[in-house]
Amino acid sequence: MKTSRRNFIQQTALLTSVFTLGFDWFESKGAAMAISNEPGRFNAFLSIDSTGKIRLYSPNPEIGQGIKTAFPVVVAEELDVDWKQVEVLQANLDTQNFERQVTGGSGALKHSWERLRKAGATVRQMMMQAAANQWKVDVSTCKTSKGFVLGPSGQKASYGSLATEAAKIPVPSTVTYKDRKDYKIIGTRVRGVDNQAIVTGKPVFGIDVRKPDMVFAQIVRPPFGATLKSFSADDVKKMPGIIDVVSFKNKVAIVGKSTYEIMQARQNLTCSYGSDAPLESNETHQAWFDAGMKSDKVTVQRKDGDFAKAISEATKVIEATYECPFISHSPMEPMNFFADVKPASVLLAGPTQVPQPAQKAVATLLGVPENTIQVELSKMGGGFGRRLSNDFALEAAELSSIIKKPVLVMWTREDDMGGGTYRPAVRYHFKAGIDAKGNITAFYLRGVGLNAGNSTRQDNFPVGAIDHVLIESVDQKSAVTTGPWRAPITNFLGFAEQAFLDEVAEAAGKDPIQLRLDLLARVKSNPVGKITYEPDRFAEVIRQVAEKSQWKKKPGVHQGFSVYYSHFSYVAQVAEVQVKNGKPQVKQVTAVTDCGEVINLSGAENQVKGAIIDGMGHAMFAKLNIQAGVTSPTNFNAYRMIRGNEVPKIDAYFVDNGISPTGLGEPALPPTGGSIANAIYAATKKRFYKQPFY
Amino acid sequence: MAITLTINRKKVSLDIDSNTPLLWALRDHVGLLGTKFGCGIAQCGACTVWVNGEPMRSCVLPISAVGNAQITTIEGLDPAGKHPVQEAWDELDVPQCGYCQAGQIMTAAALLKKNPHPSKQEIVDGMAGNICRCGTYHRIQEAVALASKKVKK
Repeated sequence: MKTSRRNFIQQTALLTSVFTLGFDWFESKGAAMAISNEPGRFNAFLSIDSTGKIRLYSPNPEIGQGIKTAFPVVVAEELDVDWKQVEVLQANLDTQNFERQVTGGSGALKHSWERLRKAGATVRQMMMQAAANQWKVDVSTCKTSKGFVLGPSGQKASYGSLATEAAKIPVPSTVTYKDRKDYKIIGTRVRGVDNQAIVTGKPVFGIDVRKPDMVFAQIVRPPFGATLKSFSADDVKKMPGIIDVVSFKNKVAIVGKSTYEIMQARQNLTCSYGSDAPLESNETHQAWFDAGMKSDKVTVQRKDGDFAKAISEATKVIEATYECPFISHSPMEPMNFFADVKPASVLLAGPTQVPQPAQKAVATLLGVPENTIQVELSKMGGGFGRRLSNDFALEAAELSSIIKKPVLVMWTREDDMGGGTYRPAVRYHFKAGIDAKGNITAFYLRGVGLNAGNSTRQDNFPVGAIDHVLIESVDQKSAVTTGPWRAPITNFLGFAEQAFLDEVAEAAGKDPIQLRLDLLARVKSNPVGKITYEPDRFAEVIRQVAEKSQWKKKPGVHQGFSVYYSHFSYVAQVAEVQVKNGKPQVKQVTAVTDCGEVINLSGAENQVKGAIIDGMGHAMFAKLNIQAGVTSPTNFNAYRMIRGNEVPKIDAYFVDNGISPTGLGEPALPPTGGSIANAIYAATKKRFYKQPFY
Repeated sequence: MAITLTINRKKVSLDIDSNTPLLWALRDHVGLLGTKFGCGIAQCGACTVWVNGEPMRSCVLPISAVGNAQITTIEGLDPAGKHPVQEAWDELDVPQCGYCQAGQIMTAAALLKKNPHPSKQEIVDGMAGNICRCGTYHRIQEAVALASKKVKK
């Protein structure tokens, strides 16, 4: 790996007698960039000072996906230090020194793997060079171990003792990475770096942000599609603890000294709304689905061969329609955000998955330069995509600019569940044609989504294995706001497709696993058009899950299979159902995941199990209704979340192939609804076509 | 009229509406931020604290109803994190986002105080009132079992 000499600068910080090295890993700003003047900051990701303190900086927002632990694991591995020696710190938004400070798309490790390794390996190399110079030996005779450089004649020097000299070494143009057989941290179980703070109740979340002179606020938002005509705040302003009531963008904000006082005062607020068009309801959405399914105004997402001809010639045709409602993300920490808009500077603080877009959007909103806006990242009490939208950050900034005070805008659970950016509601229609030998010859999918964009994934399996394919989408605009929800689109499409293929396998008289393996063999030998997945990796997770789950070898156990490729990772699942007192019970899910190199086994297992529980709970129970633009339910008494007494045993396995790591925050979710529905079908002969199942 | 509460063995005097739920008294007036707001209607358990050692949903408990009772929050369980439940939570790496875990830990620690060696089913039932949106349920149950073993020592 080469580092362009143009791409780094070396700075001397003589006053601290420690050299600080600016290092442009990302070729984003060239020589103009400067790392902070903190003593011993070798690069964006790490500092080692002369006292031996090793600090690793994690730039990406931590939402529960474990990135704050996983990133430093990679740096520490290549730096060759003991995990116990390092301290991990959350970096704030720093567009000079980091790129992609984003939590979304399960993309962090895939993006940063090489950069993290390089950050660690480069400094390790510089430490060895500093020691070699001191000992007057060739650097190739030096080794490292647990934060020490070891010389050929038993010399030993700690990284801390070498830090000052190492910082003067020219950054090496090539570095060598460890062989994976020598990994000491990567692939082991590393506990979350925030565990101690969590178990002792330290204030680390957005809702815990406290700043001098800060006030609290709650915002009353209009029904979807409605405009605020008037509001009466006289009775609100009289209530104790209320500082102000202001309105902007069809919203009314109640500003006060404490949360409870605002909650009380809010009950006295009356708002009157109007609308230009009729407000939407469930019935509106059903009518739109019906119309979208008949519409000839479609976007053709993919066309292979001649579907119409092939389906007319098929021996058997299988058709099915699937549908999912709007659902909320419902992270345990409701939305909230802090903003302090001053004439010359803006401070934003709180939970967002995308701090840089928050900075940009607030700059545009307020008409101020981006570089006057500082964004502090807090830990997030979940997000599941909800904290990608930044509506909460913009509201806080706008309110602060109006009331001219630092303010923490707090959403109640009802505000959060009723406040939109939901998983889009979608209806799918599938059609497949089978020839006399049981081979699929034609495949059709139309997705009609409400604010879903392209509700299909047109290049994903089984596309590539079938000669005649037609995939279309219809995007119906709705006043109900939507946004990415963990594994966007595929969180439901994965279920629909895997349930449909189970029906197709049955109609074709094939074992569901064999059907997939046959299709993948076809892709490998003779793919049809463009594909996005690797058939060998696909087939391997399928083979392994069949073996681990003892597929169709457990008498009295009803099994269902599914497999899905998303975010560059492959997950195959077998769910097991037993019928007790006439009711199907999901007893176990076996999952085999190929996400390349597993960085932190503990965190990886957490992600797979969590995503399966998430997928199962929402497939079984979650639904929001819309009536005249208003959502119901809006709290956990009626919006059922899966609980600890409802979860099956889950066995999570990982393919050990050493391929560069890919995403894991989402990929285990899409196959879950399918494996469970297919297992319930095996037990009861009842198929599910709608979520929620119950 | 000021109300005096005993929180983590310290007396705290608050001059606020006596209907204020204990959760908001803790968070907005006492400055103890470890207890979390999840739903406000006693459904999720994120706000669980102890009142005289009993786990209670602080989001629906007005401070007027607390009286002289001893209130224990996550900050008061063991600030050093050495309570067997806290240690088990770390050892088994339970938290994902971590937001619900204060309530989970207070529920688990109360469960073990009453029943130091619960069966597997008693753990599952005892923890079923607390929602974890990340789905850390298996490790929560395993950690309660591990903490139970630590209590034995």
